[in-house]
This record gives sequence, structure tokens and C-alpha cells, in this order.
Amino acid sequence: MEEDNWLWHMYDTVKGSDWLGDQDAIHYMTREAPKAVIELENFGVPFSRTKDGKIYQRAFGGQSLKFGKGGQAHRCAAVADRTGHSMLHTLYGQSLRYDCNFFIEYFALDLIMEGKNKCKGCVAMNMEDGTLHRFLAKHTIIATGGYGRAFFSCTSAHSCTGDGNAMISRAGLQLQDMEFVQFHPTGIYGAGCLMTEGCRGEGGFLINSKGERFMERYAPVAKDLASRDVVSRSMTIEIREGRGVGPEKDHIHLQLHHLPAEQIHSRLPGISETALIFTGRDVTKEPVPIIPTVHYSMGGIPTNYKTEVLLLEDGKDTIVEGLYSIGEAGCSSVHGANRLGANSLLDIVVFGRAAANYIAEKYKPGDNPGELTATDGENAVCNLDKVRYSKGKTPTAVLRLAMQKCMQTHAGVFRREDDMKEGIRKLTDIYKQRDDLKVTDQSLIWNSDLIETFELQNLLACAMQTMIGAENRKESRGAHAREDYKKRVDEYDYSKPTEGQQKKPLTEHWRKHTVTDLDLNAAEVKIQYRPVRDETLDPKECALVPPAVRSY
Amino acid sequence: MAGELQLFRLCRNVLGQVRNYHSTANLCAAAAAAAPAQKPKLMKKVEVYRWNPDQPEKKPYVQTYEIDLNDCNPMVLDALIKIKNEIDTTLTFRRSCREGICGSCAMNINGTNTLACISHMDRDVNKPLKIYPLPHMYVIKDLVPDMSNFYKQYTSIKPYLQRKNEPVAGKEQYVQSERDRSKLDGLYECILCACCSTSCPSYWWNGDKYLGPAVLMQGLNPGKAIAEIKKMLSGIAKKETPDIEPMSLHK
Ligand SMILES: Cc1cc2nc3c(=O)[nH]c(=O)nc-3n(C[C@H](O)[C@H](O)[C@H](O)COP(=O)(O)OP(=O)(O)OC[C@H]3O[C@@H](n4cnc5c(N)ncnc54)[C@H](O)[C@@H]3O)c2cc1C
Ligand code: SF4
Ligand code: FES
Repeated sequence: MEEDNWLWHMYDTVKGSDWLGDQDAIHYMTREAPKAVIELENFGVPFSRTKDGKIYQRAFGGQSLKFGKGGQAHRCAAVADRTGHSMLHTLYGQSLRYDCNFFIEYFALDLIMEGKNKCKGCVAMNMEDGTLHRFLAKHTIIATGGYGRAFFSCTSAHSCTGDGNAMISRAGLQLQDMEFVQFHPTGIYGAGCLMTEGCRGEGGFLINSKGERFMERYAPVAKDLASRDVVSRSMTIEIREGRGVGPEKDHIHLQLHHLPAEQIHSRLPGISETALIFTGRDVTKEPVPIIPTVHYSMGGIPTNYKTEVLLLEDGKDTIVEGLYSIGEAGCSSVHGANRLGANSLLDIVVFGRAAANYIAEKYKPGDNPGELTATDGENAVCNLDKVRYSKGKTPTAVLRLAMQKCMQTHAGVFRREDDMKEGIRKLTDIYKQRDDLKVTDQSLIWNSDLIETFELQNLLACAMQTMIGAENRKESRGAHAREDYKKRVDEYDYSKPTEGQQKKPLTEHWRKHTVTDLDLNAAEVKIQYRPVRDETLDPKECALVPPAVRSY
Repeated sequence: MAGELQLFRLCRNVLGQVRNYHSTANLCAAAAAAAPAQKPKLMKKVEVYRWNPDQPEKKPYVQTYEIDLNDCNPMVLDALIKIKNEIDTTLTFRRSCREGICGSCAMNINGTNTLACISHMDRDVNKPLKIYPLPHMYVIKDLVPDMSNFYKQYTSIKPYLQRKNEPVAGKEQYVQSERDRSKLDGLYECILCACCSTSCPSYWWNGDKYLGPAVLMQGLNPGKAIAEIKKMLSGIAKKETPDIEPMSLHK
């Protein structure tokens, strides 16, 4: 493994974020990264190994050496192609060492708030028997993941329904940067399952119907390992220009079979199996059909680098007491407008740990959590009653499909004003139909008809803020690509020397976070802006990465 | 590949009922990813075990649905989702990842414990598709079994890395040769789906005492692991010393 440095990782992450990331949080994450990986290994994560017995590291998209000047880095510590799975099981195993209490298959419904400035816990339903529980807590951490299921085709699990994000909106709090949705270049065509970026990290590449390795044209240096947004856009252009593969010319091929079969077996065993199961293709012999597929939500619940949830009022940030968010649900914002591969699993361990450490530092076990009032949680119970007895005409699955298709069509890889205006109109209609839902199963025991309806409510809340945020942002940045506003609009034009340029005020440029409030009943979204945090935690340790043109 | 097949056979002898979906050896060629439209209808009967806990006096029964294979994605889970979405929203089953990694959709399909999301449907419409919950588990509702005992057993084996001298975590990595690491292959991929345990007669009759294959070996190839454990217990095999001293960086 060549020499590496976390400051180069910092640079790559800021550049990957298209300068929308908050640099204090990115500083924190990249500095803590090596420690976090070693800690995971010490806990027992069975990392693949190098010849000299150290943790194996793989090349991933957007990774460079020497601040973009030293060529491709190999920075992603990997367990074959099962890194996330191994982390999850190792950490779950470790947690059983301690007196952790898991509330398995409890579905969280809503936060319990005291006004907008303090969270006291949450209300959850035990799916096994339908009992409702009010959890009184001094600290509540939202880690409910993304909302990929708002789209028709996504790599995410069925459970990725943005529940935590929607709880925030229902509590009158805000979401941030919801228009930034990452399309992963290599979702399996049709099934949506992911072919990991590790495929390209190991030397795989994309080809069009002419058999051409087209990424060389779009990203001459990084090629197939350019940042995900760049690769997804290039693929979409290839397809649009008639060079897609298959009978409909509507997808692209991922080729691995030029690699030694031995390497594929040892480094990509899981993915070889997934490809075979879902496409019938043997990756050691033939290419796999793939298409850009919704994969990750950069946006979410705004927090500072300590994971505390923020509320923006009259241009000023306040901290919501007792409420934290981490992982894909949160937006700290380390990924800005586009996340780099492997940075999510890093984000979840680094900030999961940060939240725990921060709380442990400030508070003691047994600190008085306060008290619940008789009406705390009432809103959740009202909604439960409403949903459970919904007697409208539209089945949950029908409305969900309508939303998913609308999002896929109108908030895709490329976006355009008229198209999104229509999207907003359609989605608002769909949103309003939630009053006309029909729930058939009225049982309280493992009622997945009911749960799926809650999840649909949550998805709709996320979808509205995504679509409206996307229409509102009149520039192209990271994963948000506007056909009618192709340029990124910063405070200066960084394609030219900034000397002599007049700095644009915040109202006239887009290097700022979108902050959205959802009016649940009117289906209206109010938009404010939060400046990007352009400072690191310590300029002596880590300098700010100044904005520049982003090319790979 | 040959090695894999051999392991598969070994595993198969011990637990004949588990379909070896971990191995790529016995997979039939998959159908095209998306079923093309406008094909003639190809109706298949799907027989599903139903039990409603709200009507405890009513015995479990099998309900038959019919779906058009030409208007449905190819996996058994796709069929269940289609039925739930379009025919009967009360049909209850677990699912999440739909790609064989979360373990939640484990059920008994045509007599075999397996994951619904990666099991192709047989396109022969003369044979009905039969779906039951994992055998010999308490059923909460329809295809949803009670997993609490399985999780309890898992907790009881202390499923975490234990060393004699544990360093403070996060300071330095251990060192492990590629060869030593490869000994873990087939042992760390377990997704805790319980397909193996619930196909094991010993587990059926003694689930309160016998930990079952998944838990015993905490890994993927129960046959192999149990054989190894037995060899070690009987003294035939000894744990090898690692190729490289694991703590060599911890100075
Ligand atoms: C196929 C695939 C491959 C990926 N590969 C990589 C990779 O190689 N590297 C990388 O960095 N990232 C990768 N990612 C992204 C990364 O896995 C996710 O971003 C990450 O898992 C998010 O973690 P999380 O803990 O925030 O959320 P999740 O892992 O989504 O977990 C959310 C949890 O919250 C629970 N939950 C949700 N709602 C509720 C509710 N209402 N009540 C109770 N519980 C609830 C869910 O059940 C779930 O357990 C991949 C993603 C996918 C889909
Ligand atoms: S529980 Fe683990 S070992 Fe058993 S069948 Fe499932 S994945 Fe395989
Ligand atoms: S849905 Fe996750 S294993 Fe089948």
C-alpha cells in the first residue's frame, strides 16, 4: 500500500462534496478515520489482508493522493465485498458483551418534544403485540437511515423509508439538502441490487454498446473511478446518445471478466453471487447489465459535528436539546452534494462514536431524564388511530407506486425546470391523497399493512422536500444536475482568478445548504438557507480546502 | 470451486434440508431481470400458510393465490410482495434487503428452508408454489416466526472476539497472514437467518437446550464448522499457531 495521509482524504471528501460539505465535520471524520478502522479490526471485523498481514485497502472512486496530484489512492479498508455486513455483525456481537437493551421490532412512530427546542424521547409500537411505548430519554439519537424507497428503483432495503427524517418534520423541525440524492452508477438493471464500487476498485470498467470504455472520455484521469455523480451522468449521456446496451439500448455493461478469476473469487465473492442470482451472468465470463440507481441520501437531519440537531430560525442556529442524529438520516454535513464511496460506513462509525462519547462526557448514568406529561405522545396515538381505520379508496401500495414513479421521472439524474414543476404538481396531488388511503388489516399484531402505511407517510414527507428543494436550486452541484442551470454558482467564479472579483452575497449564489420546513397539512415547503461551514476544527492541524473547479 | 462443492456435500449430509444458497454451484440460470410486458398470462398457484393471532380459535390453514408469472419479478419474495400489494394486504411476512443479506425473509419454500428473496420461482405452472414459515418455531402471524429464542441462544455463546490479552481497542491493528485470514472464509458470512437451525431435527426437539448449527459455529458452513469443533474437542485437531504473531505491531 502506498503512503497515505488523512489530510488527502479530507481534500478528496471536500472536493467530492462539491464544496457543499461542512469542513469542520469533514476534518473530524477524516482525522478519526484511521483510528476507527483499527478499532473495528480490534473488535473482530475480519478485514481482508495484504501480503504482509495488514488490513487490505482498495481503490475507490474519488480517492486521490497528494491533494489530487498523486494519482489513485487505495484507501477503502475492506472485508472482501462484505464490509458493511461484517461491521454490523461484529458490532452487534460486541454490544452483547455489555448490558445493552435492544427493543427488537419496535417501530418508532414519533418524537416526544417540549416545544421545538427540547426532545424528551419517542413513542414506539411493539410490532409483536401492538403495545405502544413512551420512551422517556434525556438523549434521543435518530439513526433511521435513508429514504431510497421514495424512488422506483433503488439499491436500498425496503426499510429505508426516511422514518426519522419524517419524525423531524412532524416535530416542526427541519431537514437539510434533501435535493441531493446519489445515483450509484452500478445498480443491477431491473433488480436494483448493487454491484459494489469495489468492482471498479478491483479493476472493472464500464462499456457501452460499441464496446468502448467510455469513462476515459469523461474523466481522463480517474476514468471509471471518478466520483459517482460524474459516472452516473456520463452513463446517462451514453444511453441518451444511443450507445446503451440491450434490446432497448437503455442500460450499460459492467465488465469484470478481464480480471483474473482468482481475484474475483477472493475479493468479490458476494457480488459474483448476486450477479448470478439476479442476472444469470457469470462475472468471470461476461458483463453485467447495470444502470444508475438511487443509492444514498446526502441530505437529512441537520446537525453540527457533535451530532446535535440544529434548528434555524431568523438566520440563527440553535441546538435542539437532547436530540442527535447520525448516519444516513443525519446531515452533518460531511458529504455535501455528493458522497464518496466508502465514506458512509466511515461516517456511521465515526459519528456514532462521537455521539456516544459526547453524551458520556457531558452526562452521567442516572441523570434525571425529567418527566412525561399526560399528553406527551398523543399526536402519535392520534395518527395511529387515523391510519389504522383509514377507509378511503387508495391502497397503500398504489399510492406508494405513484410516488415512486413520480420521483424517478421528475427528480432523476438530470433535472429541468418544467419537468420538475410538473413533478411538484403531481407529487402534491399524491401527497394529498394520503387522506384517502385504505388500510385493510386492522390487527395490532404484526400489522405490516399498517406499518407500510406509516412508512408511506414518511416517504411522502421526504419526497416533497426533495422535489421542491431540487426545483428551487438553480445550479448544478454534485449529484444535483440541472440541464437548464449547468454551472455551479459560488460566491466567486472559481474557474477564473478570484482576484478583482466581487464576492457575491449569500442570496445570489448557491454554496449554501437548503433548509426545509414541511407544512404537513398544506403540503407546502418553506425554504431557508444555512451557510456552508468554511472552517476546520483547527487551521493549524488541517487547512481549509478552498473551492475550486471540480474535475476528475 | 471443487473445494466449495465438497464443503457443500459435507454440509448437505449433516443438514440435508438446507438448500445451499451460499454456494454458487447449484444455481439455475436466472430468468431475465425484468419480465417483458405483453406476454400471455402464465398463472401460477401460490399456496401460503396463514395464521391470524387475532382469531386463535381458528386453526392455521393454507390459502391459495394465483399470480401471473409474466407480470411478476422472478423471485418468491416478488410473488409475496405482489400478493400483498395487489391481492391481499393482510398477508404477513418479513423482508428488508431483497438481496440475501439481512436474513429476514427466511421461510420454508417447497419443503426447503431458504431465503425468499433469492429463490427463483419454478415457471412450471402445474406445480404450485408452497410457502410455510420456518418449521418448528412459534408463529406470531402467517410467515412470521418468533425469533427470540434464536437471538437468546446467539447471545449466550458470547459472539465476539475474545483474546487472552486484549489491547485497548483503536491503537494498533493485529497482523494476520492471508492464509490465516482465509480460514475464516465460510465462517463469517452467516446472516443469522436460522434456515439451518430450523431444519435441524436436533434443534426441533431440543430447541431449549441445543444451540443449533447457526449458533454453534456462528458461521456459514454448519457442517464444516461442527466437524471442526468435534475434531478439536476430541483432540484430533489442534488450533494452529498463526503464521505471523498477531500482536507484533502492539509494542
Ligand atoms: C447495497 C449497498 C451497499 C453499500 N455499500 C457501501 C459501502 O461499500 N461503503 C459505504 O461506505 N457505504 C455503503 N453503502 C451505504 C451504507 O450502507 C448506508 O448508507 C449505511 O448503512 C447507512 O447506515 P445507517 O445506520 O445510517 O442506516 P441503516 O443501515 O439504513 O439503518 C437504519 C436502521 O434503522 C431502523 N429503522 C428505520 N426506521 C425505523 C423506525 N421507524 N423504528 C425503528 N427502527 C427503524 C432500520 O430497521 C435500520 O436497522 C451501501 C448501501 C447499500 C444499499
Ligand atoms: S443462520 Fe447462518 S449458517 Fe444458518 S443457514 Fe442462515 S446464514 Fe447459513
Ligand atoms: S429480504 Fe433480506 S435476506 Fe431476503
